[in-house]
Amino acid sequence: MTLPPYHVGVERARLYEVGFDRIVDFFYRLAEAADRLREDGWFQYGPEKLPEYIEIPARGTLRVKYGFPVFQKGGVCMDVTNTEQAGIAEEAGAASVMVLDKLPYDVRRQGGVARMADVKVIQQVMDTVTIPVMAKVRIGHYYEAAILESIGVDMIDESEVLTPVDEKHHINKWLFKVPFVNGARNLGEALRRITEGAAMIRTKGEAGTGNVAEAVRHMKIIVKEIWSLRGMTPEERMRIAREYGVPHQLVELTARLGRLPVVNFAAGGIATPADAALMMWLGADGVFVGSGIFKSSDPRERAAAIVLATSMWDDPETVAEAQAMISEQKSMMGIDIRKLKPEELLQVRGD
Amino acid sequence: MKVGIVALQGGFCEHVYMLRKLAEETGWSIEPVLVKKPSNLRGLDAVIIPGGESTTIGVVARRIGLLDELRDLLESGLPAMGTCAGATLLAKSVRDRVVGETRQPLLAVMNIEVVRNYYGRQRESFEVDLKIPVLGEKPFRGVFIRAPAITRLWGRAKGIAELDGVTVAAEEDGKLALAFHPELTGDTRIHRYFIENIKR
Repeated sequence: MTLPPYHVGVERARLYEVGFDRIVDFFYRLAEAADRLREDGWFQYGPEKLPEYIEIPARGTLRVKYGFPVFQKGGVCMDVTNTEQAGIAEEAGAASVMVLDKLPYDVRRQGGVARMADVKVIQQVMDTVTIPVMAKVRIGHYYEAAILESIGVDMIDESEVLTPVDEKHHINKWLFKVPFVNGARNLGEALRRITEGAAMIRTKGEAGTGNVAEAVRHMKIIVKEIWSLRGMTPEERMRIAREYGVPHQLVELTARLGRLPVVNFAAGGIATPADAALMMWLGADGVFVGSGIFKSSDPRERAAAIVLATSMWDDPETVAEAQAMISEQKSMMGIDIRKLKPEELLQVRGD
Repeated sequence: MKVGIVALQGGFCEHVYMLRKLAEETGWSIEPVLVKKPSNLRGLDAVIIPGGESTTIGVVARRIGLLDELRDLLESGLPAMGTCAGATLLAKSVRDRVVGETRQPLLAVMNIEVVRNYYGRQRESFEVDLKIPVLGEKPFRGVFIRAPAITRLWGRAKGIAELDGVTVAAEEDGKLALAFHPELTGDTRIHRYFIENIKR
């Protein structure tokens, strides 16, 4: 991938002295400048067009990007900070690992600026496990994403757990071959992220608290909003699309499917097998577990138990068995959301 | 006929969709059954093992006692189709391109060696039109996502599709191992081929 420089074309759009005889010419020149930017990929918010027959393998196509999360479904992605934890996660049956510099709980405790994990650590993890490796980038940080793509990370999480570098814009994810996952608290947020090219959505929850309440709230809001779309007239859905700031075809598609058009995982505060099973029951396609595993004092057992409960969520007997594999005495402490100051909330970052 | 789909992790809904679509196209009566516990294996005419993470599916299947029961059924001749991770689980020998030997639970019922992540990581994932002679002239769109490849075949196993001289689909006594994902394309020809073979 080559990222075009941000200011390409700006010098070509010089201001002209506008006389009436020149006005037509002026607009033509503006259009030329816009075309130039478009050629450089800067207004491209959509997938590449493919030929009917593909003779030479085509990488990073829409199907390949959206297909990757499909094979994560029913699985658990675990936050890890080193190869040893990644090994424990793989043995326990994790479907993937997410490499972080600090677990969200520690991010919360330490404060400061949270950035992308150490590239060397990510590469070591990629060399030791056979399962996919994801990593987080700061919201809006194109270059952290470009670095992760170039070292070969399987999926990028544009995450509110790290400190955003852009308060207004997320990354244009169509520019990348690697699939992205984004957090969302409601349907509007989820569809905006999909419009920007996210191949997967997860609830934001409130990461690093060991409290699943916010993940439940966000999942229920998304489900409720999709249900209400289904009962609307087409013109009302048109209005909602404007309100959300997304193409109305995407709203129509969501209404017709009765679910998000991409894979949707639960994340934020999942700490026990019962938490994971609850999120699956609410309609999540799988779960991300952050601090819940490696902040507990029985990570091995807990990782295996959460994997089992996520796969077998529709069978309470097996979930009970999974819950019995862990001890509540060893669960992470957890934080009451109501005790957090407004500026300590992670979920409000990037709307 | 009842076709079981192992539904512990991965893209099992996509196979259910494909079987329903195939039933609509052909008028055959195909009943997809989700297989999560050993008791779901009763009365199946065939089983599909979907794409996903082979370590996850193997670990969970072993823990709930599905792995051994399914292996016994497969060894006594139950037809099976494995896509991607499913193909890995069917193979008798499995290696990873980077990590090498993997110590993962397997069904180990086909005389093939599978190399996981053969084509590389997600960044190297691709789609391409494959020539599969048993399906006829029209190319089949193969979607390869962190795909494995079949690097060795012995005994009665034979390759049915190749990409640049490497086997990407193999067949042995009613068992089908595919490195790619026919369930993502909406093209039912591979599912049809699999079910037709059972009907015979």
